[in-house]
Amino acid sequence: MNFQIVLLWSDALLWLLLVSVLGFAGLVLRSEPLRAAWGKIGASRKGMAAATLLVVFVLIALLDSLHYRPRLPDMAEGRPVYGVEVYSLLDVVLTQARTRLEKTYSAPFATRLYAKENIEQADGRRVRDYPRLKHGGTHLGDAEDGVAADAFVTALKGWALALALWILLAAALTAALAWRRGMTVRDSWRPPWRCRDGLAWDAVLWTLALILLLAVPLALLSADYHVFGTDKVGQSVLYQVLKSVRTALVIGLVPTLVTLPLALLFGLLAGYFGGWLDDVIQYLYTVLSSIPGVLLIAAAVLMIQVVIDTHPDWFASAVERADLRLLALCFILGLTSWTGLCRLLRGEAMKLRELDYVQAARAFGVGHTGILTRHVLPNVMHIVIISVVMGFSSLVLSEAVLSYVGVGVDPNMTSFGTMINNARLELGREPVVWWSLLAAMASMFILVLAANLFADVVRDAFDPRTV
Amino acid sequence: MSAWFFRRCLYAIPILIGVNLLTFVLFFVVNTPDDMARMQLGVKRVTPEAIQKWKAERGYDLPYFWNGDAQGHQVISKTIFFQKSVRMFVGDFGRGEDGRDILREISNRMGPSLAIALPTFILGLLVTIVCALTLAFFRATSLDFWGVVLCVGMMSISALFYIIGGQYLVSKTLRLVPISGYSETLDAWRFLVLPVVIGVISGLGASTRWYRTIFLEEVGKDYVRTARAKGLPETVVFYRHVLRNAMIPILTGVVVVIPSLFMGSLLTESFFGIPGLGSYTIDAIHAQDFAVVRSMVFIGSVLYIVGLILTDLSYTLVDPRIRL
Repeated sequence: MNFQIVLLWSDALLWLLLVSVLGFAGLVLRSEPLRAAWGKIGASRKGMAAATLLVVFVLIALLDSLHYRPRLPDMAEGRPVYGVEVYSLLDVVLTQARTRLEKTYSAPFATRLYAKENIEQADGRRVRDYPRLKHGGTHLGDAEDGVAADAFVTALKGWALALALWILLAAALTAALAWRRGMTVRDSWRPPWRCRDGLAWDAVLWTLALILLLAVPLALLSADYHVFGTDKVGQSVLYQVLKSVRTALVIGLVPTLVTLPLALLFGLLAGYFGGWLDDVIQYLYTVLSSIPGVLLIAAAVLMIQVVIDTHPDWFASAVERADLRLLALCFILGLTSWTGLCRLLRGEAMKLRELDYVQAARAFGVGHTGILTRHVLPNVMHIVIISVVMGFSSLVLSEAVLSYVGVGVDPNMTSFGTMINNARLELGREPVVWWSLLAAMASMFILVLAANLFADVVRDAFDPRTV
Repeated sequence: MSAWFFRRCLYAIPILIGVNLLTFVLFFVVNTPDDMARMQLGVKRVTPEAIQKWKAERGYDLPYFWNGDAQGHQVISKTIFFQKSVRMFVGDFGRGEDGRDILREISNRMGPSLAIALPTFILGLLVTIVCALTLAFFRATSLDFWGVVLCVGMMSISALFYIIGGQYLVSKTLRLVPISGYSETLDAWRFLVLPVVIGVISGLGASTRWYRTIFLEEVGKDYVRTARAKGLPETVVFYRHVLRNAMIPILTGVVVVIPSLFMGSLLTESFFGIPGLGSYTIDAIHAQDFAVVRSMVFIGSVLYIVGLILTDLSYTLVDPRIRL
């Protein structure tokens, strides 16, 4: 084997989440009322557009969650030796962007470095000038003025390719839908892919068109240029942005694995049984929620950092150490954020306990566990779903703030927070190094906006209060 | 009323004890003082003597709960738990890593924190209510639709971006106000304008949308229909009836944060170089000054609990139907 598979904890949890979401989807498909509720989301063009964007982000993150260590060229026959560096499949896809390092900052589409250096010329004289980049726009040779024209031509090619790809995709989708409904392709084409089966396929296609029109030219251009510039150590900002997506998704999703069990267990028990159990649980969450969130997180992360620093022998590589800190952060975020959901669930369980069907179930002799799992739990699921979806975007946003405070992810791990934090220090320079900051902010904005829009639609579909 | 108030304050005590225990566990049991010493002195090449000295200087060389070597009441009082945790109840927070008295620092830094937090809070509340009311007044029109779109867009932007962008645009490019700093004199407004405006803007999206739903919920109620049926103009219906009734959920939701305004804002203060409690906390976190972080956690939860009590009080003030 040329590589050794490395399964990081956060990888495992991310894949576990994927499996459970798929399992839940299977459950939804089999149950009529659930299908109706999720169908509302499918019919919403806003929801489908946001979901498409989110799926693209998730795909990037999943690609970045398959890690391996490459095999080193053998010294001797026998036992293979593997490198210390851990790569992911995304790194393989982005090998070009990852390995083509410059010396330091360079602006987007630049052909020369940001800082002046002493350059030795052919005749031995030394000149102080901006040196040429090693990889940005080298194919142009001396014709450095031609960047705009060249980039434009490449972008045009990219758009043409994107258009072709999109038409192919749209045709395939239309054909697939037509086949499923048993229509001829021509019939299904005419009312342009509009909601025949109640799903807003047109929104999906338009969003895909946007993504393709953006991504394909970027991919083509990044072969010749540093499209988003390079950072302090000369790494491509585009590469960092793509790597940050996984960190953001882990921060946004993994805490739910802690939040949900705690909130469900405590909330339902307190609401359903009442009495001293209710008092104890209420006391617990009042204590936790009365500590200011950021401070509690900061205190806990500081403590975890002490543990990590005093036990360097636990970790085989820097990636594993960063991963453990990420995981600890997720765990802490989960521990500090279950109280809100718990309070909601407690209230709902108290209400449900008095309803006729629960009373009837009890009269029939159904045990407490049976009532809780079969009758109460399914009827509070809408609250759970809404709060998970709405919590995602605030978690992603909080990662950046926490990284700034110094209690976020490991400084060596690429994330939107660390990118912003590193770039912030360079704003005082003249001319300003803006690209790193702007790229991180813009991509975080897109991710959070998609999540917020999706959360809106989910709330409209599940919240019985909305009309 | 006063009996209720007294009882309510009594309820707060077990919660504070809980917070105290939790912070004690977090700061002393999860990590022993030895770990902290090693961290502060640098993990490598640290001698046991240096650790002992570090611990002795800060009073961390005592047992946790029970000091068997001591006499009389000192069995309990000469312990880390008593010295470091219990004494926080009487406002004795000890000294930070820099040797300064924490309580003194806190009282010095409260002023600048409030100078930012209070205007931000009041102005933010006013602006948000006006915006939300406008959206609700023009509900189901394109103004409402695009307003909500703008809100969702605004709440998707990181607070960091508002601060960095604002500083860059207003202070660096336009040079209207200084980038950061603070002054004790009246001149301070020049330093305060930008952080306050940015603070208002960065909270605008989320809270406008939230208040809008509150207003809309209120608009759908029967008494509003009655008011319209008896011929009141829409503006009177809105400003006389809807606004006043919607203020109940808004005010009671807002009261809880008022005491916490003393804590200041972590981000704003550290970006704008304001010597308040927020930047104090951030500096402590960066310097891993456990004593300061522990004190701030405790003070923060005290203020939150005060906020909860005030919230219950405010219910009775704004809603005469509720009696305590």
